Amino acid sequence: MRTMTAKAAESAKAQAGPGASGSPATGPAGRRGGSKSMGVQNLAGWLFSTPFLVLFLVFMAFPILATLAMSFTDFGLRTVTHPLDANFIGFENYVNLFSDEKFLKSLFNTAYFVVVGVPLTIFLGLVVAVLLNNGIDRARTFFRVGFYTPVVTTIVAVAVVWRFVLDPSDGLVAGLFSEVGLTSPDFLGSETLAMPSMIAMAVWRNLGTVMVLFIAGLQAIPTEVREAARLDGAGAWQEFKGITVPLLRPTLLYATVITTIGYLNVFEEPFVMTQGGPSDSTLTVSLNMYREGFNFFHMGYASAMAYVLFVVIMGITVLQLRLLKDNTK
Amino acid sequence: MSATSAPGAVSTAPSKQPGNTPPSRVKKARNPKRVLVYVLLSVGLLIMSAPFLWMALSAFKTPQELTASPPVWIPTEWTLENFRDLLDKLDLPLYFMNSVIVAMLVTASNLVFCSMLGYALAKLNFAGRNKIFGLVLGALMVPGNLMLLPLFVLMSKLHLIDSYAGLVLPFAAGAFGVFLMRQFMQSIPDELLEAARMDGAGEWYIFWRIVMPLVKPALATLSIFTFLGSWNNFVWPLIATNDPDKYTLPVALATFATDPNKAGGSNGMLMAGSLLVVLPVVILFIALQRHFTQGIATAGMK
Repeated sequence: MRTMTAKAAESAKAQAGPGASGSPATGPAGRRGGSKSMGVQNLAGWLFSTPFLVLFLVFMAFPILATLAMSFTDFGLRTVTHPLDANFIGFENYVNLFSDEKFLKSLFNTAYFVVVGVPLTIFLGLVVAVLLNNGIDRARTFFRVGFYTPVVTTIVAVAVVWRFVLDPSDGLVAGLFSEVGLTSPDFLGSETLAMPSMIAMAVWRNLGTVMVLFIAGLQAIPTEVREAARLDGAGAWQEFKGITVPLLRPTLLYATVITTIGYLNVFEEPFVMTQGGPSDSTLTVSLNMYREGFNFFHMGYASAMAYVLFVVIMGITVLQLRLLKDNTK
Repeated sequence: MSATSAPGAVSTAPSKQPGNTPPSRVKKARNPKRVLVYVLLSVGLLIMSAPFLWMALSAFKTPQELTASPPVWIPTEWTLENFRDLLDKLDLPLYFMNSVIVAMLVTASNLVFCSMLGYALAKLNFAGRNKIFGLVLGALMVPGNLMLLPLFVLMSKLHLIDSYAGLVLPFAAGAFGVFLMRQFMQSIPDELLEAARMDGAGEWYIFWRIVMPLVKPALATLSIFTFLGSWNNFVWPLIATNDPDKYTLPVALATFATDPNKAGGSNGMLMAGSLLVVLPVVILFIALQRHFTQGIATAGMK
């Protein structure tokens, strides 16, 4: 406690330094005022933090640790009312997971969703952002709002709409097929087409987020840099490759990481559109976890799933941060 | 790809017309590129809005037109039948009110609690500040799925399943809000707060009377994000409600849409329902879209 306050007082002194150095007369007074307000600020700081910290501890920190604890137990329906009755079973849940074909399939499906969906979302988001940033000044807001609207819509409602859009007999896409004299495939009823359809919907819904990030990134590039390149005779493509892309790296990194995290957690789309079918071809890890936990009440097992997913997410995030940071050097 | 082919045409165009004066040259050179950009964006926008248009049009179609093959694009006779049938089966006003109440409570508590911590992190020198900020950043990265199972057990033990408190409490103060408020509050000059302290103002007074009015744009951004986040939230309300009377709109719609007994042949009702769920959100967004891009840009530029 003592060392902590001493450290804080030091940093306060350092902060007060430049202001107090003006004249020696204000020195002592400033320091005294500083140390007095220091005590007040210490108390105030903690009081202002308390509501958040209480909510954080009860509804976030505790559940995160509890999930970990539960994943080593046979926590089930009966133990919901008597949590302490759960039996410790070591790594059994984790071991079982990796011989559980359903889980492995859900892991594969989630990977499929991420590996195809993330690059598509980033690429299309970047294309739209570059188009909006080049040669468009009228109607810019109009287009930006149009491309961003799917992001804010309720995903359940949108998934319901897409289910109907893709309906092979009377949907929008079926209509397009019949215009050119073809019959529409049953997108969501086919094991091979269900996941690509879901990816299409995810890209449609999320490219607006990426677009807005890229627009902010593009506008942060100083115009002098562009003008200098142009004076040196750089064409638009050279300018894009040599200036825009390198300077957009931090945005690209951020957009890739948040899109990947979002896609690894994909839940609502399969829940509403396919319920994981046909024959588990769209069963994602999150949907699998929800079912094991809340339909079958295998909560210990589902907790282990949640932690495997969490470790995967952390691993991929760290990997992406490394890879993209190395590239900038 | 097409964006890159366009500039090539631009650079060759002016050189073939040496007689032109510089300004008109620039104008002529830019036009084909601009037209192409507009065409590409318009096509993209059409694809983006097609599902919405299909939803809105289908909500007003008759059963015959809904199931017609090949599909009918625009209803010939507009009908409100789908909305009437839907309201007969689903108590939408109730779910609407549940969603509104939960979203308003979540928004109000986030505005107060996130601002408080944001102020402490941005403007108060106190021991442990960096550790708390570390917690906030860490909390930003934890996926929500990791908390669902024990949260459900906890809420069952507290008898908060099927209650507004159960729906609101886990979202009462989010790390994103703290981060956003801290970013905005850092730009307030320290001298202003020091002057107030010299005049004997307490920290609560400074926070409530000086800082909060100065960050109104940030508060607006945070309210919209939080309100829409809560409105669109699905997983937790799905878990935390068993009693249909406590369903929020998305849960009610999903339950209706995935129930094989009700969903059969009711695409019109589902489109009407989706329209009613999505429309308030879209209107709110379009009216306040300026705050959105501001918030995303701020959060993105760590």
